[in-house]
Amino acid sequence: MPLQVSLTHYLFISAILFALGIFGVATRRNAIMVLMGIELILNSANINFVAFSRYGALNLDGQVIAIFVIILAASEAVIALAIVLNIYKMMNTVNVDEVDKLKE
Amino acid sequence: MSQETLLLFSTIILLLPLFGFIVQAFFGRKLPRQGDWFETGLLFIGLLLSFVVLYGKLSLFPEKTLQFTFRWVDFQSVPGIRPLQIDLGIMLDNLAATMLVVVTLVSAFVHLFSIGYMAGDVRYSRYFGFLGLFSFSMLGIVLTNNFFTMYVSWELVGLSSYLLIGHWYEKKSAADAGKKAFIVNRIGDIGFFTGIMILFAMYHTFNFDKIFAAIGSGNIPFGSEKWLTAAGLLVFAGAVGKSAQFPLHVWLPDAMEGPTPVSALIHAATMVAAGVYLVARTYAMMTADALLVIAYIGVITAVIGATIAIVQTDIKRVLAYSTISQLGYMMLGLGVGAYSAGMFHLMTHAWFKAGLFLGSGSVIHAMHQALHHAGDHRTDAQDIRNMGGLRRRMPITFWTFLIFTLAISGVPFTSGFLSKDEILAGTLAFGSLSGHYLLPILGYVVAGLTAFYMFRLVILTFLGDHADSHRLEHLKESGKVMTIPLTVLAILSVFVFYSFDPFGASSGWYFQYVERPASVVPQALQGASLEAFEETVHHLHVPAILLSLFVAGLGILLAYTAYYWKRINADLVAERVAPIYTFLQRKWYFDELYHTAVVRLTIGVSRVLRWFDDRVIDGLVNGTAFVTKISAYTSGRFDNVVIDGMVSLVAYIAGFFGLALRKVQTGKVQTYIVFVILGVMVFFFIFR
Repeated sequence: MPLQVSLTHYLFISAILFALGIFGVATRRNAIMVLMGIELILNSANINFVAFSRYGALNLDGQVIAIFVIILAASEAVIALAIVLNIYKMMNTVNVDEVDKLKE
Repeated sequence: MSQETLLLFSTIILLLPLFGFIVQAFFGRKLPRQGDWFETGLLFIGLLLSFVVLYGKLSLFPEKTLQFTFRWVDFQSVPGIRPLQIDLGIMLDNLAATMLVVVTLVSAFVHLFSIGYMAGDVRYSRYFGFLGLFSFSMLGIVLTNNFFTMYVSWELVGLSSYLLIGHWYEKKSAADAGKKAFIVNRIGDIGFFTGIMILFAMYHTFNFDKIFAAIGSGNIPFGSEKWLTAAGLLVFAGAVGKSAQFPLHVWLPDAMEGPTPVSALIHAATMVAAGVYLVARTYAMMTADALLVIAYIGVITAVIGATIAIVQTDIKRVLAYSTISQLGYMMLGLGVGAYSAGMFHLMTHAWFKAGLFLGSGSVIHAMHQALHHAGDHRTDAQDIRNMGGLRRRMPITFWTFLIFTLAISGVPFTSGFLSKDEILAGTLAFGSLSGHYLLPILGYVVAGLTAFYMFRLVILTFLGDHADSHRLEHLKESGKVMTIPLTVLAILSVFVFYSFDPFGASSGWYFQYVERPASVVPQALQGASLEAFEETVHHLHVPAILLSLFVAGLGILLAYTAYYWKRINADLVAERVAPIYTFLQRKWYFDELYHTAVVRLTIGVSRVLRWFDDRVIDGLVNGTAFVTKISAYTSGRFDNVVIDGMVSLVAYIAGFFGLALRKVQTGKVQTYIVFVILGVMVFFFIFR
């Protein structure tokens, strides 16, 4: 019996991606890697949107929002990278453990 | 001249000395000659205006009482009590118009005299300022038409008298005399005040006319005749204090500690006459009983004053006691119904007594100069035993003094004879009408005593030989500013100014214009009617004159025998009747009596009150303080332990949690994200 791909599978994949993203964000020392974790989180959300567009009641709206999120992710990456670049300029590092100015 | 003009002039006369006082008080010391010319000039302007007012009043409105009234206080409705309205104003009748001249004339000449007498005094300008204040207050008494301003002026007069008696306050006796005068006057004033309050409580007005009208309509205080008599006598109590009547006469001799011109102005001519004037003002409401009391008080005062004057050796004290005695005469005159005579005596007495005092001032001044010249600082310049023979060195002073003495002794052709004779005739008439024969008898005895002690004074001072012939060389007549007032006052002591008949004043202008006011008290309370009284006076006129001539002559003769011809040794007589002599010299022991009865008692009561204060009041206060202290301590402890403990506990808890939670804040974004995710998970779990 061929495997029937259902909404559950998509959601499962999305959850794994989200968990990996969170893991990346929380554990990586390198700021670039943290940003990549964020991309993973965003993409897990995209998978959810697309899946709901196919199986749920979102219809084409889900597709549109997915594209919107991709654009948003791109612009977010631009800004975030600019911040990282500035942090590097100021502190000569991209290690987030050393960037603990918020404590003060 | 219209009525308004006369009232305006009166107001100006009243305000001139006040203006002078204000100027003297603020700028006196900066003015050239310390402003004596200014104050004196104002008084002379006032004197001129007074003559104008007197002339205008008597010639144009002899029958009318001019009044000017304004509402000072107007509370339409005071909650709980009746509407309160106080009208003030001035009143000008014939009596007030003559008194205006008396006050301003004596005052003006005393000012002039003071320029000479007070020259070089330390508080020269202040002295003139106070004289101005006094003149203002005295004129206020004269011109008022209500009890309110009367009382205020009354107290102001007392104050200025106090200030002037104590002018040389470095001298303890002067400061004490001022206090004594003030306090003794207060005693009389309490009565005066109570009397005013009775009248105000009944009639709700201070105005003389309104009160008299109310009494006249049969509305007597609290419906009782006794209250009416009491109100009259209480008002008279004020007069007893101010006019130095028995038993409050003790302050006047001591008041001689003040400068002599002050004695002349205040303690002889004007202020002490204020009491007599007050009785005259309120004459209409006096019942027969009240008038009888006034007559007896007057005659007792006259006797006391005259007897003490015989043995005094201080020139001013002799005059002081003679003043008391003469004031007694005035009261006697008013009391027996010889109203015009009493007030006439007030006026004539003002001239000659002011003259006598100024004359004594001239003598004392000259004696001071002579003693100073001789380097003698121990001899008393006021003791008549140190004088004698001054006639040759001080002719003007002597002759004027002699005229004044003739006047006060009641020698014909003088003003004093006219007025005193009328009083005595009135007393005689009263005695024969009512049976109170003691009054005329004592009246004539005093007349004889007066002639005796006054001539004793003149003989010892001016005639005979001087106690120290060397000193006499240095005695000089006083300057013009001092002799001119004496001369003017001496001229005014001649009969022609009052009546062209030297043996009867009743045909003169004074008796024509100043008449006894109609009594307003109920008929049953009145004494003999004016017609009956005047008829009796008329009948008794000739015997009265003969009797008074006889006693005056006897007194003068006795004085000459004892002190001039020395047929009787006065010292020997004094030794023979030593107890009486001592009794008189100790002034009837009044001072001692008051010291024991009043002063000691007051001090005793004060001691008890002080003990009460010390023990009970202070104990209460200290007890309260102790309780407060204890409760403050307890509440302090409570604050420190409980309240502070609670506050500290809150802070400690906050600090504890702060320390614990501080660990969570790492400053690392990743940690925060973990917390956020954990938090979201928890919420998901909870709100599943």
